[in-house]
Amino acid sequence: MTATSAPAPPAAPAPARARRPRRRVDWGKYVTWAVIAWLLSPIAFMIVFSFNDIKGRHNVTWQGFTLHWYADALAYPDLTQALVNSLLIALLTMVFAGLLGGLLGLALGRYTFRGQGATDLVMFSAISAPEVVMGAGLLSMFLTMNIATGFWTIVVSHVMFSVSFVAITVRARVLALDPALEEAARDLGASAWTTFRLVTLPMLAPALMAGGLIAFVLSIDDYIITTFVSGNTSTFPLWIWGTTRVGTPPQVNVMGTLIFAVGVLLAVVNAAMARRRA
Amino acid sequence: MSRIDRALLRGMTRARMSRRGLLGAAGLAAAGAALTGCGVGGQGAGKAPESEDFWAGKESNGKLRFANWPLYMDAERTQLKEFTEATGVKVDYDEAVQENHSFFGKIQPKLADGESIGYDLMVLSTGIELAKLVELGYLAPLDHTKMPNFSDYAGDKYQDPSYDPGNRFTVPYTSGITGIAYNPDYVDREITSIADLWRPEFEGKVGMMADPQEIANFALLLNGVAPADSTEQDWEKAADKLKEQRDKGIVRRYYQQDYIQPLTNGDVWLSMAWSGDVFQQNAEEGAGLEFVVPEEGATLWSDLMMIPRTAANPVDALMLMDFLYEPDVAAGLAEYINYIPPVPEVQNILEEKAADASGEEKEFLEDLVGSPLVFPTDEDYTKLHNYVPLSVDQEESFSPLFLSVTQS
Amino acid sequence: MTDERRPRLATRAAPYLLVAPAWLWLALFFVVPIATILSMSLMSGNLYDGYSLTWEFGNYAAAVGTYWEQIGRSLLYGACATVLCILIGYPCAYWIAFRGGAYKNVYLLLLLLPMFVSFVLRTISWKAFLADQGIILGTLKGIGLLPDGAYVLNSAPAVVFGLAYNFLPFMVLPVYAVLERMDHRVVEAARDLYAGPVRAFTRVVLPMSLPGVFAGVIMTFIPTSADYVNATVLGGAHNTMVGKVIESQYLVNNAYPMAASITFVLMAVLLVGIFSYARALGTDRVMEASAR
Repeated sequence: MTATSAPAPPAAPAPARARRPRRRVDWGKYVTWAVIAWLLSPIAFMIVFSFNDIKGRHNVTWQGFTLHWYADALAYPDLTQALVNSLLIALLTMVFAGLLGGLLGLALGRYTFRGQGATDLVMFSAISAPEVVMGAGLLSMFLTMNIATGFWTIVVSHVMFSVSFVAITVRARVLALDPALEEAARDLGASAWTTFRLVTLPMLAPALMAGGLIAFVLSIDDYIITTFVSGNTSTFPLWIWGTTRVGTPPQVNVMGTLIFAVGVLLAVVNAAMARRRA
Repeated sequence: MSRIDRALLRGMTRARMSRRGLLGAAGLAAAGAALTGCGVGGQGAGKAPESEDFWAGKESNGKLRFANWPLYMDAERTQLKEFTEATGVKVDYDEAVQENHSFFGKIQPKLADGESIGYDLMVLSTGIELAKLVELGYLAPLDHTKMPNFSDYAGDKYQDPSYDPGNRFTVPYTSGITGIAYNPDYVDREITSIADLWRPEFEGKVGMMADPQEIANFALLLNGVAPADSTEQDWEKAADKLKEQRDKGIVRRYYQQDYIQPLTNGDVWLSMAWSGDVFQQNAEEGAGLEFVVPEEGATLWSDLMMIPRTAANPVDALMLMDFLYEPDVAAGLAEYINYIPPVPEVQNILEEKAADASGEEKEFLEDLVGSPLVFPTDEDYTKLHNYVPLSVDQEESFSPLFLSVTQS
Repeated sequence: MTDERRPRLATRAAPYLLVAPAWLWLALFFVVPIATILSMSLMSGNLYDGYSLTWEFGNYAAAVGTYWEQIGRSLLYGACATVLCILIGYPCAYWIAFRGGAYKNVYLLLLLLPMFVSFVLRTISWKAFLADQGIILGTLKGIGLLPDGAYVLNSAPAVVFGLAYNFLPFMVLPVYAVLERMDHRVVEAARDLYAGPVRAFTRVVLPMSLPGVFAGVIMTFIPTSADYVNATVLGGAHNTMVGKVIESQYLVNNAYPMAASITFVLMAVLLVGIFSYARALGTDRVMEASAR
């Protein structure tokens, strides 16, 4: 890897290329594709092994093809419950973080106000603080306040760490908006609320959707903070972690594959829509 | 997608910090400290009530919630269905226990507040957590007048054990041996002793357990000390022995329970292991692993059923506890989990079943009945030791000592 | 005319109203918890009698004295993983930004795809890949490139590898964002000026992209050095990271003050690290440059 990073990858903007001789090897391309292959290889493994016809408890060596695990995806009620919990938590996080983060992002992008610096600082800290520190802090607080941990403490914590991501996404969109559109609406006699509802909100919708999606993904994937605040509630990552002791059943691969497929689908749809709007 | 990312990135790279903002945050933090008060409530050691007091006026509610370890009952929950058929009591079964420590950590705050933990029956192992639960008065005393099956069918070794005299709070769900397993594909000689786990020729190929008690037991036995009679000095010597093994690079990893797959595919060649895991792996995947009770001795542990004092349906829990001691039911359990059943009668029942069975099932049942991993011989039993008995005070020096071995 | 006044008042209050809910949430569930760590780290007592705030500063000495090795190791692994991320991620971001053409977004999407699979599941998958007789090592041993006893799984390199794998996108994205905004004409001018792609890169492109690298370093170094999932799954007998210690002190040993002290030490070390890092690079310049 070092060999590929030391020499400068050939940067040849289009006009320059006309004057210079063509480069022979495009190293950057190979590096990029190698990195992509590297990143995707465990996922390929997960998908392939969701079709593995294993006899025992351990899903690590290939033993033949089967669709059995897809038909029997709900064989473990605890796994199903954990997944349902994860989805519910992620949805609630999406809604709450979307709402709070949307308002915050709107304010940050639209107004200058006292406390903006502090807000930036807190948001930046909440994004970059290590998960183990946030988890430890939340648990410490729940302990000192004598609050039992469980489903709702997970939701509260997930909203906390995803709200800044939503706010940032929305703020960027607000900054990019053309204020002339809203002025025009005002000039045409729309009230502040009507302007917001009919002009501002639709323009913010893509950013809100994107922010909500980020919140959803962050929530459903979270392991470290969730372990600290979960009490007796299990989530998908926690359940997987538990099974690593005794052998992770192929149903986990099945659900992982399905979630991955839905994620890819959403991303592709989102990208297609963005392209059409553009 | 790309749109999100770019927006996100812009935000990420746009952080601005001001000294004033920092000060403001610090002030807020101070306020926070004041807000949250200054203390965590104590768990105050309560005394367990006498059996009659506890059970007075308690009746069956027709349901209960059962927290158990993963893979401790088949996916159909056959035994629970039988129980519901026999008694009409419905059971919510939850594979909630994955580790003694962490499960205890989760339920302990609720028990301290006298709140229900959401379970009426739970299974935890012999060990530190059990001592804590008893000492803190968190367990309901069992009413043995309502447990005829237990007194009739439980094996002698499981009645009146040293860790819970008179079975006051617990009865075994299943038991097992902690011994050594090795993979003959990689180890070309017979392994017979704990000392083999310290041999430099196996550098990087030895698996040890992460549990403080388990590794303490093995090091004590290696030093020729019976865990049950060990002193604090013995512990320190044992910890030194373990650190020596670790620092020489002999230990590949300290495993929770996930040593069995690495053992099968050759990441480790020999490892501390639990009897039932090895039996299961051989039966299911034909792994061909060997399990030995080392000559220095090994330990016998039990996973115990117990009722938290705050249980909402203790009578139903007691009923299920006793039901699982009916020999036919116990045989069904043993057939699935492959650990040592506390009901000796099970061996005969499975023997008869094997005689009537055919094909693969017959083969499996014969293996099971004949296996010293599931039905240890009397000779094995003489080599099996109990755990280090720990009071809560002793535990405060014991655990950190051995955690400093495994968590480094 | 009364209509003129009302919106103005509303406008003045508006930002505060909009910000209030999120502020409240972050104050309550981010700032207060962090403060609680501080107060808890100064408590003493035990699980049975409870813990109370006694300003027990000795907790810190005990935390550092017992766990300095794990803390140091975490920072080291985090730093190694971060460097690895730069070495791998920079060329990647560079190529996508300058040569990705119409497919830039597709490449970015491909880089982000793994995020749709649970972090825990991704990490566990590596165990099978890195097994002693697995696809990679088994093959290398088969053709005699590695001695039979060699292994990768359960070692420090495996942990660093896992960390770099899981956090690479956090390096690529900020670097990409900066490079992508760069004016291509500047790059072109630089090439004419310095007469060579290498010097054009080191004199112009690299310095201009530093803010992205800076952001990337923060986004990778902090989470990698505090992570314990990779060390637990891919590490061996002597690779415990401080996050694991914190987790087990909280959830297993219920030794809250000790746990809080270690957490606070970790946090302090990371903060000091970031600020001195920012200082060395010139905070204002970096921050200004990274602000769009």
